[in-house]
Amino acid sequence: MLILVILSVALVGSILAWLSGNRLASKVALFISLLNLVLAATGLKLASEADFSLLAFSASWISQPKINFQLIADGIGILMIGLTNALIPLIILASSSRSLQNERVFYALILFMQFALIGVFAASDGFLYYIFWELALIPIFFIAWLWGDGQREYRSKVILKFFIYTLAGSLFMLFGFIYLYLKAGSFALKDLYALNLSEEEQKWLFWAFFIAFAIKIPVFPFHTWQPETYTESPTAGSMLLSGIMLKMGIYSMLRWLLPVVPEGVAFWTPIVIVLCVIGVVYGSLIAIKQDNIKRLVAYSSFAHVGLIAAGVFTFSKAGLQGSVVQMIAHGFNVVGLFFAGEIIYRRISSYHITRMGGIRNFAPHFTTYFLIITLASVALPTTNAFVGEFLLLYGIYEYNTVLALVAGLTVVLGAVYMLRMFQRVMLGNIQPSQPVFADLNLAEKAVFLPLVLVIFACGIYPHYILKLAEPAVDAILQAALR
Amino acid sequence: MNALIYTSSLGIACLLAEIFNLRRWILPAAVFGLLIIIGLTIQDWDTDQSAREAALYNMLRADGFSLSFSILLMALTVLLLLLGKTFYASEAGKISDYVVLILFILAGGLAMVSFGNVAMLFLGIEVLSVSLYIMAAANKRERRSNEAGMKYFLMGAFASGLLLLGIALLYGETGSFDVVEIRDYIASNNATPLLYAGMALILIAMLFKVGAAPFHFWAPDVYDGSPTLHTALMATVAKIAAFAAFYRLFSACFTPLLNPFGWLFSAVVALTITVGTLSALMQESFKRMMAFSGVSNAGFLMIAIATLYGKTDNAVLYYGFAYGMASITAFAVAMYVFALSGSEKFDSFNGLARSHPWLAFAMTIAMLSLAGIPPLAGFFGKYYLFSEALRNGRMFLVLVAILNSIVAVYYYLKVVYHMYFFQIPDSGRINRVPFNYVVVIILTTTATVFGGLFPSAIIGWW
Repeated sequence: MLILVILSVALVGSILAWLSGNRLASKVALFISLLNLVLAATGLKLASEADFSLLAFSASWISQPKINFQLIADGIGILMIGLTNALIPLIILASSSRSLQNERVFYALILFMQFALIGVFAASDGFLYYIFWELALIPIFFIAWLWGDGQREYRSKVILKFFIYTLAGSLFMLFGFIYLYLKAGSFALKDLYALNLSEEEQKWLFWAFFIAFAIKIPVFPFHTWQPETYTESPTAGSMLLSGIMLKMGIYSMLRWLLPVVPEGVAFWTPIVIVLCVIGVVYGSLIAIKQDNIKRLVAYSSFAHVGLIAAGVFTFSKAGLQGSVVQMIAHGFNVVGLFFAGEIIYRRISSYHITRMGGIRNFAPHFTTYFLIITLASVALPTTNAFVGEFLLLYGIYEYNTVLALVAGLTVVLGAVYMLRMFQRVMLGNIQPSQPVFADLNLAEKAVFLPLVLVIFACGIYPHYILKLAEPAVDAILQAALR
Repeated sequence: MNALIYTSSLGIACLLAEIFNLRRWILPAAVFGLLIIIGLTIQDWDTDQSAREAALYNMLRADGFSLSFSILLMALTVLLLLLGKTFYASEAGKISDYVVLILFILAGGLAMVSFGNVAMLFLGIEVLSVSLYIMAAANKRERRSNEAGMKYFLMGAFASGLLLLGIALLYGETGSFDVVEIRDYIASNNATPLLYAGMALILIAMLFKVGAAPFHFWAPDVYDGSPTLHTALMATVAKIAAFAAFYRLFSACFTPLLNPFGWLFSAVVALTITVGTLSALMQESFKRMMAFSGVSNAGFLMIAIATLYGKTDNAVLYYGFAYGMASITAFAVAMYVFALSGSEKFDSFNGLARSHPWLAFAMTIAMLSLAGIPPLAGFFGKYYLFSEALRNGRMFLVLVAILNSIVAVYYYLKVVYHMYFFQIPDSGRINRVPFNYVVVIILTTTATVFGGLFPSAIIGWW
């Protein structure tokens, strides 16, 4: 029942934000998202006490085909909902200090996005899941399209490409779901897990689902929409896309791909895992050369999620656990990085690193926060990403030593592009064209402080996440062994 | 199945009303009359089917298929008549002609969805088509409208000739016009060249009437030239009726005959979808875009015929409902916008989101539904068709349809793009939307949204 409340609060909040008018919208949205965070925290607490009774809900919806409105959050699901509900207030807060056109629609769309994302993470009926999956695309499309940065014509091309690209992937998934329904006579997750599919079927069904997820994540070579979309979106849009939305893809692999077509996964893993690792190295190398700070973060994100996806396909406990931890870590870190970019942009009206420099001389608070987030994204021990990256690389090492060595480059290359970026932006000489740089104001600190606290909390005590995810990971591995 | 008689009587009554100088009452009378007929048709559901059929000598068959399609067609006509109040405001003198022709188009459509005899099918098609030729050319002073009427008439008359020849060949072989007798004959006898020739001619005529490739060339010019309300009529009532007749005839009679040519028919379906989608991509005019989108939608519907063994009638009905509702929203908004800007290109939608946010919202819903985005009605329409096609092993068609759905998103979103992304051309645009438009748009948008949230309400009636 709680899960239904969490879901509906987001939807109701979206309507309320829209009704409250342009002046109040950001405050209403912030309040409701904080309320929803409290609800999600309650859910997390219940889950950590192994009480999942309130995190499941089911009602019949459509009789033909048989579709139930069924929400079941397992350990990973509630963690992802927690991530979503923790990031949304931060994203709202980050946007609220900048005035926008038509704010009520903007914040209504953000909360609607939250509704769809929670739906994706909770739905355990394939059809319902698919609807939420598609629904999540609509608000982000409009957010990126209408409030984005940069030149209008170019942006609309980029965002349309993103929309059609991701929609194309999902339609193949729909094809896969219809096929599964005709076999199983039900969309329910547990019926799909119990389905006996021949190896041939699993082999092609794998691609029907994998393409949809790979585009969303994105996995090399399905990433071509990503850097431009992240660059052209408004910062809130980039945060939503990279912080939460791409987790839809990874989470869906865990929940809807591995246990449903395990033999297909086993058959294609050698190819897919290499693609993921190519993405890691390729993304890192390109990130080094970037001048636009948003593009740099976009490519770094591409590299990081490549590693997470590779971890998922090791199909081992360490790999899956690592992917869960790293999904959460990456969510917070990438939001922090995009926000740092946004802060700089607000002050110097540019995303170009060559126009930055010496900012630490003006803004000690900003420098501190930015440094912590930078170090977290290069996975320094005691920060959140360290545990995840370690587990992921361990999982890949168990699968194949050479691959682990190549994927391990991410540690080195990540340090290169992140620290180089930090050095060029924050250290060095003051740019003559940018003689002043105001330090953080209160609203901006209010975004960074929770981020940094979470970074350390997850880095020092990852056990909480691991413990919560463990039964769910075991269940996935168990279901795959049927 | 008295809806046909009532509707025709209503049409004649409206003609008489003109004579008695009751011009002001024609449109309200037609709308209320149709609402009453819808009510009576819904009541028909409970009565005994065989008794009703005997009363009409099997000329019409009141099964679930014909009743539900009749209700859908009448509902669509009511919505279009409501739009007509404003559209015909400048031509009040001719309102009886228009209303009566719309009612006769509906009468033709009703005969087409419920025929039990091929002669009745032909009559229905002719009543509908002849009225539509006039409607296409209704704007007498506009050259494009004249051209549209002429083109439609010449090509349509040719198709009707082929249809009649096909029916004649069919009669020569089977000795009957009755659908059931034809079916039984085909099922129990070996196919002869005569039978194949008859079926091929009928197939070509029906492909023409629904606007399927390679017989779709009339559609864009006729849609573009006709007055917008009449384009909406063609795109919704006429198209759905033609398709329902196509489906009814082929699923009833020709399943065993078409079977060996399944691959050929699948190729036609794939061609229709692809040609419609790719051509729609290139259009500058909204109405031409809708014409090609109509071609590709006809292709989607034909997937139902290609999967002849499936129980696809529900899927066809639902798709017709979703397509009809979204199209009427789209055409209603377009009529309002075209009247303001005087242009029928995409540019006329510029800045609509700023000047009329609700209209833009409704239009966005309609376009997303046509593009098949869940959870709107259009998505379920596609879902049901795909699901039936996959169940019957038509994987190739589903893949073609999916690929085209992806492309289609682009041109549907083009409208949205113009509404949200461009500024209003000049300041004098802001104008009140007529009340009847508001009513129609609210009704159709609600139907699109709720039809998607609760598809069970429409699917599975019988």
